[in-house]
Amino acid sequence: MPVSHVEDMETLFEGIPLDRMNTSMTINATAAWLLALYIATAERRGIPAAELRGTTQNDIIKEYLSRGTYIFPPEPSMRLISDMVAYTVDAVPHWNPINVCSYHLQEAGATPVQEIAYAMATAVAVLDAVRAREDVADEAMPRIAGRISFFLNSGIRFIEEVCKCRAMAELWDELLRDRYGVADERLRRFRYGVQVNSLGLTEAQPENNQIRIALEALGVTLSKKARCRALQLPAWNEALGLPRPWDQQWSLRIQQILAYETDILEYEDIFDGSHVVEARTREILEEARTELEKVLAMGGAVAAVENAYMKRQLVESHTRRMRAIEAGEITVVGLNAFTETEPSPLIAAGEQAILRVDAEAERAQVERLRAFRARRSAAEVEAALRNLRDVLAAGGNVMPPSIRAAHAGVTTGEWADTLRGLFGEYRAPTGVTVHEHHGTSPAMEAVRKRVRNVSERLGRPLRILVGKPGLDGHSNGAEQVAGAARDAGMEVVYEGIRLTPAEIAHSARDEGVHVIGLSILSGSHGVLVRDVLEELRKLGLGRIPVVVGGIIPEVDAEELRRAGVRRVYTPKDFDLPRILEEIVDVVEESAAVR
Amino acid sequence: MNLVDDRRPERRREALDLLDRLAASPESLRAERVGLTGAPGSGKSTLLDALTRLLRARGRTVGIVAVDPSSRLSGGALLGDRIRVRSQAGDPGTFFRSMAARDRLGGLADATVAGVEILAAAFDVVLVETVGVGQSESEIAEVADTVVFVAQPGAGDTLQFMKAGLLELPDLFVVNKADLGPVAERTASELEAGLALGARGAAGWQPPVLRVSARDGRGVDALLESLAAHRRHLEKTGELERRRFAGRLAFVRGALLRRYGTRGLEKLGGEAALRARVEAAGRISGHRLVEELGSGIEAAWREGGAR
Repeated sequence: MPVSHVEDMETLFEGIPLDRMNTSMTINATAAWLLALYIATAERRGIPAAELRGTTQNDIIKEYLSRGTYIFPPEPSMRLISDMVAYTVDAVPHWNPINVCSYHLQEAGATPVQEIAYAMATAVAVLDAVRAREDVADEAMPRIAGRISFFLNSGIRFIEEVCKCRAMAELWDELLRDRYGVADERLRRFRYGVQVNSLGLTEAQPENNQIRIALEALGVTLSKKARCRALQLPAWNEALGLPRPWDQQWSLRIQQILAYETDILEYEDIFDGSHVVEARTREILEEARTELEKVLAMGGAVAAVENAYMKRQLVESHTRRMRAIEAGEITVVGLNAFTETEPSPLIAAGEQAILRVDAEAERAQVERLRAFRARRSAAEVEAALRNLRDVLAAGGNVMPPSIRAAHAGVTTGEWADTLRGLFGEYRAPTGVTVHEHHGTSPAMEAVRKRVRNVSERLGRPLRILVGKPGLDGHSNGAEQVAGAARDAGMEVVYEGIRLTPAEIAHSARDEGVHVIGLSILSGSHGVLVRDVLEELRKLGLGRIPVVVGGIIPEVDAEELRRAGVRRVYTPKDFDLPRILEEIVDVVEESAAVR
Repeated sequence: MNLVDDRRPERRREALDLLDRLAASPESLRAERVGLTGAPGSGKSTLLDALTRLLRARGRTVGIVAVDPSSRLSGGALLGDRIRVRSQAGDPGTFFRSMAARDRLGGLADATVAGVEILAAAFDVVLVETVGVGQSESEIAEVADTVVFVAQPGAGDTLQFMKAGLLELPDLFVVNKADLGPVAERTASELEAGLALGARGAAGWQPPVLRVSARDGRGVDALLESLAAHRRHLEKTGELERRRFAGRLAFVRGALLRRYGTRGLEKLGGEAALRARVEAAGRISGHRLVEELGSGIEAAWREGGAR
């Protein structure tokens, strides 16, 4: 939900006692600001910040690698995080200022080893930055380390997931003891929450997802020593669209059956003494340790974001996975095996089987924001923003001037713009590698031949723009298509995530592309595609054919096709050579070749 | 830009006509052509962006050509991914075109050279970025009036560069990432020492070594001043004309060599004759010259009866 200023935050927590709540915020680039709004809301109710409990996700590294909601370059972003850690340790002592996320890494394709290594590298980057600060006493380090928690993923290979969690707990314990000298064993405990894997959920035969989700939950609950502290389960129909309340209830019931009907909570760790689990755990631990050392040797997580090392590794892993699914080496039931199916009564409801977002919501929020801005004191806002700028420019902590700005009625946009002015905006490397993955596949060789043929007729190599308009940072699909299109011999313009429709249209013109592929997973395909088509028409480029991929319900797909989109792809289309072949068809059909 | 990239015969003829018209236009002569080269990771793209912003802030229009490598296996290419920051979309004062290196590993494709000509006719400044590996440093001099070498602090490539004798080429040296402090300073000193050793300045220009941080914007304005100073130097000494001629000659020679080999050049009467032909051609485009001289070679071969 949008939180644009302190009154939005007050509305959000109306009737909820902040001094007795534990609040978790999935917020990253603007985490310092959201915490400031939360503190200001509490102060307005007479609750001191010291009594607040909760968590800000605040892991910027995984944003560059997977989720995409970063704004500033890595270094100033890490400074904001370390400011928050330094501030909360005394002023909001029950706050978890950062929740290191390996969850999103697995969604971006990470293997268990990569998940552990890159999450640990992130935690080390934060702790090293905090330890280097003059305003943080050495004695505070164990307490700070003890407040760092993790957010993990759990995939369908759930035995391996058990081993992964055990290995991760051990590595964390070892890091805190040896690198940071944390003597108290309780402060070295590996505390983590989980959301199980979404990447492996399918659009084809979606009812199977319910079983996948239940099995994935086992991976993080079976082993008592490495059991998660919090668990959230996705809904069976995520790959179709936004889940409804009933779908979410069904997921909750999985947890309740696990906890109240089964006997998993009645035993000590059932894997103690299992040499099989122990051996696999050792193996993962050793490999993760090696990979972590590698990242630390190149300068740590920040350096490995800037030089694209970690992102490239993730894209590589994901590409290998996709190739294996294409080739049938990995079985995904309902997708590439056992695909025959009776009609599903669960999705017979069609349109009613997913949640629709009210288009009115955006307009109403904009109106409320306007009214709020008209009401507040412009002079106070101006002074608070100046103060924020001055303090940050002088190297001061971001929290106090942000809390003041929250009280003054500064908006989220104004806060972020002030920081943009100081730090600049960043575009992270896309990680699409120079490696060729389709080199020997006959399907790809066939596409390559057609690309050469069409290029000849076009007079120059077929150029495609792969664009991700809008705010969602889920770039797996775009990365896979961009890499495969290059392997097919196309010249590919791919500039990463969060482009505006105008930027995409201008890029298409400057770069002289023959076709545009848009990837949208936010559910906003309707508006975004319409805007891109409109911007293209404005530049006189209406003839460039557009194809779209994303989580797009069939009714919407029909609408997009009517608006002029040539092809629509959804998660069930996993065969990249076939998709590329169709893109060549689309170019051939378009006026450009004739 | 699409036209000059098009290989179909009819479009190719149109492209040559267009390039001829541009070659004779005063705009094309006026435009400042700046080449940026340096190893991957030296921060050329970030610097390119910082330069563009500053130029735009001063009211100058900017056209950019950036060269990306092509895959040898598939012929495909990934374009534009290096650009970490992009100026405001919709600003008619900037234009950005990526070029795949295609069959020219590390070099400039013909379409790239033509692209620079096109942008020179439409923008005040044309920036050309290549990944500096071997020959591209010298090829960039074919299209740029001013060559800027971007050095990566502490990467050791500077030393390699000096060993390779390539210090003679750039007009300006930029040590990027000056925010790194001592490491950057050491690289800058090494460069300065290396430059002092080399007997440069025959044309009265001593290449400066500039400390720049594209990240925080430090030194970018000084870089712009140096570019302007070099331009003044080029115009005052007549070096600009000499360079453009040398660039044209090198482009024509290179293109002919690739197509017809040394035997082909001999048919034209060798290096001196080629030089005379380019000189006598006046202000037609280099691409036209390649076509014309190429037909000459082919005709001579036909008459000679054998290759």
